[in-house]
Amino acid sequence: MNIPILSYMVFSPILGMILVMLLKKEQVQGIRWVSAIFSFIPLILSFFLLANYDPSTSKMQFVEFHKWIPSLGANYHLGADGLSVPMLFLTALLSFVSIIGSFNINFRVKEYFAFFLLLETGMLGVFCALDFFLFYIFWEIMLVPMYFLIGIWGGPRKEYAAIKFFLYTLFGSVFMLVGILALYFTVEPHTLNMMELIRRAPELSRGFQLIVYVAFYLAFAIKVPIFPFHTWLPDAHVEAPTAVSVVLAGILLKMGLYGLLRVSYPMFPKAALYFALPLALLAVINIIYGALVCMAQKDLKKLVAYSSVSHMGFCVLGIAAITVTGISGCVFQMVSHGLITGALFLLVGVLYDRAHTRDIDAFGGLWVKLPVYSGIMTLFCLGSLGLPGLSGFVSEFMVFIGAFPVFKVIVAIAVLGVVLTAGYFLRMIQRIFLGEFNPKWEGLPEISGREIFTVTPLAILMIFIGVYPMPLANMIRATMENIVRLVGG
Amino acid sequence: MLASSWLIPLLPLVAFAFIVFFTNKRPKLSSYLSVGAVCGSFVLSVPVLFEVLKNPITSEFKFTWIDLQGFTIQMGILIDPLTAVMLMVVTIVSMLVHIYSIGYMAGDPRFSRYFSFLSLFTFAMLGLVLANNFFEIFIFWELVGLTSYLLIGFWFEKKVAADAGKKAFITTRTGDLGFLVGIFLLVSAAGTFNFNQIFHQIEAGSISTGILTVSAILIFAGAVGKSAQFPLHVWLPDAMEGPTPVSALIHAATMVAAGVYLVARTMTLFAASSSAGLIVAIIGAFTAFLAASIGLVQNDIKRVLAYSTISQLGYMMLALGLVGLTAGTFHLMTHAFFKALLFLGAGSVIHAMHTNDIWKMGGLFPKMKITAITFIIASLSISGIFPFSGFWSKDEIFAVAAEYHPIFLLVAIIVAFMTAFYMFRLCFVTFFGKPRDKHKFDHAHESPKVMTIPLMILAFLSIFAGWLGIPWLAKGYSSFVFFHHPHHAEPKIWLMLISTIVALSGIGLAYLIYYKGSISAEKLKEKFSFPYKLLFNKYYFDELYQAIIINPIMGFANFLFKFDLGIIDWLVNAFGNFTLFISNVKEWFDTNIVDGAVNGIAWIFKKACTGLRQIQTGYLSNYILVIFFGILLIILFKIA
Repeated sequence: MNIPILSYMVFSPILGMILVMLLKKEQVQGIRWVSAIFSFIPLILSFFLLANYDPSTSKMQFVEFHKWIPSLGANYHLGADGLSVPMLFLTALLSFVSIIGSFNINFRVKEYFAFFLLLETGMLGVFCALDFFLFYIFWEIMLVPMYFLIGIWGGPRKEYAAIKFFLYTLFGSVFMLVGILALYFTVEPHTLNMMELIRRAPELSRGFQLIVYVAFYLAFAIKVPIFPFHTWLPDAHVEAPTAVSVVLAGILLKMGLYGLLRVSYPMFPKAALYFALPLALLAVINIIYGALVCMAQKDLKKLVAYSSVSHMGFCVLGIAAITVTGISGCVFQMVSHGLITGALFLLVGVLYDRAHTRDIDAFGGLWVKLPVYSGIMTLFCLGSLGLPGLSGFVSEFMVFIGAFPVFKVIVAIAVLGVVLTAGYFLRMIQRIFLGEFNPKWEGLPEISGREIFTVTPLAILMIFIGVYPMPLANMIRATMENIVRLVGG
Repeated sequence: MLASSWLIPLLPLVAFAFIVFFTNKRPKLSSYLSVGAVCGSFVLSVPVLFEVLKNPITSEFKFTWIDLQGFTIQMGILIDPLTAVMLMVVTIVSMLVHIYSIGYMAGDPRFSRYFSFLSLFTFAMLGLVLANNFFEIFIFWELVGLTSYLLIGFWFEKKVAADAGKKAFITTRTGDLGFLVGIFLLVSAAGTFNFNQIFHQIEAGSISTGILTVSAILIFAGAVGKSAQFPLHVWLPDAMEGPTPVSALIHAATMVAAGVYLVARTMTLFAASSSAGLIVAIIGAFTAFLAASIGLVQNDIKRVLAYSTISQLGYMMLALGLVGLTAGTFHLMTHAFFKALLFLGAGSVIHAMHTNDIWKMGGLFPKMKITAITFIIASLSISGIFPFSGFWSKDEIFAVAAEYHPIFLLVAIIVAFMTAFYMFRLCFVTFFGKPRDKHKFDHAHESPKVMTIPLMILAFLSIFAGWLGIPWLAKGYSSFVFFHHPHHAEPKIWLMLISTIVALSGIGLAYLIYYKGSISAEKLKEKFSFPYKLLFNKYYFDELYQAIIINPIMGFANFLFKFDLGIIDWLVNAFGNFTLFISNVKEWFDTNIVDGAVNGIAWIFKKACTGLRQIQTGYLSNYILVIFFGILLIILFKIA
């Protein structure tokens, strides 16, 4: 493959950002469409990735390698495997959808889209960087636009949420930096090449692995987030503007899991085995605790936010199991949660834009007035609560079946989450859409064509993966088997 | 031929999709599509039955759906006599309910939507019946749950309806937890999801009895939820808030039948673990009794029928638990017909009277002859009167119970008595006597043909479907659907006599109280006021669950949310604030101590210098003086 397709993907949003900055700030339509086009390019390219990916091997593909800072040993090194490709696709898709969904932003439009495009580059970069230096740069680059996107276009407590998000994540990444340096100086000859480090992993002593694992774990666990590092999430999600919540939940949370699978597991296999049980326990806490807290929510957006905590627990459980099915289930859940929760945030935004409230008890009987909106929202809620035929079910089932042989009791407890999830979603559906119509909302307009357009691809994929998971399973299989082999020895 | 059976569930699914996307605005067309699809399913199911009758073996058709290490699933269809019978039952009842609904739902603003859900419901149930593995059956199992949620809560503007839908979904899903874990346990022991492969392994003895027992009980938990057995029976009586034809479908051929079907399908499991089987039988018998006793005193026509369904499902579970596959599924079939008829008949009455309360009805017989006659036929059938369907299937169950232990037979007989009593209580109060609500009575009328014709067909089936299982028949039901080998018990005449006497005395008692009035119901009520209240309030199960399950969970949820904000987030903020505090301290330290030290040193030097500067006068004479004194001092020092 001679075309540097990954670089094109990663840097086309930056190009879009530059173009947006060159436009006058009054040219609102122009800014919107330039952003849409330049976030559409990675999406097209990601289809190219999907089509050309060879699923028979776990080797890195579409690799680009250039010397960058020889004195540090830092290289420009990109590549994608069965873990990266689905994430790159998801990122490209959700970013594009979010940009379309942001067309109703009217305040400081130019900066908004510029930040958004920068954010997209950072996210895409993380999922294909194979050099720690590069990885760290992309990881940190996302923080800045995210901080401003929440802090400027956010809700009433935006400053607090933005600072909390920024500092919390930064706190974690400092530990990651320490971990990276520790690795760099331990391995002889010094290298930042992640592939090389994975190859050299058996040389690392157990004690060293345990310590560095913990350092990386802090960075990743905060991102996922894993209990008890999750409290930045509801604040950030609730205060962020709709499209940013979509990206936050749909993609940023996955970076923690991606990090665990890309860095922690292959590089510190002994630590991964050592910490498997505690990780599984934390996972089940995430699932049950998150679901129970959801039940107590009165704010619709906060409910969706806490549901992410619960759903990420399934991913973590799959990872902790260290079985092919469990880890595959985690990747399925990553994709599935991205689609479903992304859509849920978009839909919550649709309602909020019209009603200017997210109080669940303020509505009632909306189905009579907004049948299309209610139907779509219910569809995604059903997806989220793991209804068979939709992607969430396949992924949860895979996590369970993959983890059951390893953690029988923990899985049996985690299954409780399935009922709790049904409980809070049905409660929410009932309060908002069913029952007697609240005449206060007589004038509420139905969901618009543009808004339907944003969730349609998500719905199609959700159903497709739910009905026929084979293509995705085939794509990730070799990579997942490799990860399990690396850890299990 | 059999390989194309996958079309059977597909037709209603296509109808569903078509209605949702294209004909939503055209109610007539939607209903025709939906009815056409289910008729098509029926037509396709008939040759399947004949094929299987001709050659009663198990056929399977499958394809690989997902293939991962430790998770390989081959989706497909499994056809054996049990499937063939279930296909008939489901398509016939569903078809009649569809047709009946055209009349019953006429004029409803969400007419198309109703039919799309009905199609989806039929699709899910047909898929469940055809599933060849645990994963697939679970998928359709959940879809059945979803569609009944949608249909029970169809009139969602009524809070009770929306509540009932939610309750049904969550209660059954609670049972599904067990089902899921049971699947995990069994599958991880067997290494496959496929029914036949698992059953082969069980019969070969390669799975330990401990695992079999635990997984059987867990899987049964799913059936307890779906088939509304104690202690998860509470959702079914509330489910009558849905449109009445839906109740007919749920109570007869779909939803609740799914649980019984599951146990029948996994019979090998329960046969292999006798303790699990015994638990099924005990739960079944207990539920049969519990529900029948509640049914004695309810005043809502549909509620009585709902408890009767629970009770009859208990019968089926009783039989299945004792490995009476023939008896259990036979009763499932006959019950499907007469219970559908009872609900549709009740719907016809409700349609005419606009009330569910039997004490507002009365004397309807002359006004609604078809409804009344068919309803009475169904009541005779469920009461087990010779030679109606119910007689034969109930007799089979009695025979199975008698063979195992007399206590089961005793319970079964008591339940039969109560059944006959409450059914004829309904019949007498509704159709005979004097009209109690003049206004409503005057407006009552027989329902249109589109509703009465299904009633007549079901009445026919309620009489004759059971004849397939007449024990003297050489090639009857028992030689078609059986477990391992046909169960050819000698027909027990004494048992048939007992069951007839019991049923007749139940009817007789109802006649005396509610028709002749020779025993006063009011007086009985006063005399037995405590048991009456207990039964009338359904043993307070709902209140109990509210108090010991729902409220604690909600309380705990609220507590956790407070904990999340008050402790965990507080800690995060405290950490932040602590850092801030440290910075402030540092700043103070910086300005006062560190900087202070720097400044202090400067100050000292400054002061010192200022002091020292005094010496630097610039006058030579001063310096000479100092030098002079200095030398003097040194000399003095040396001398000393």
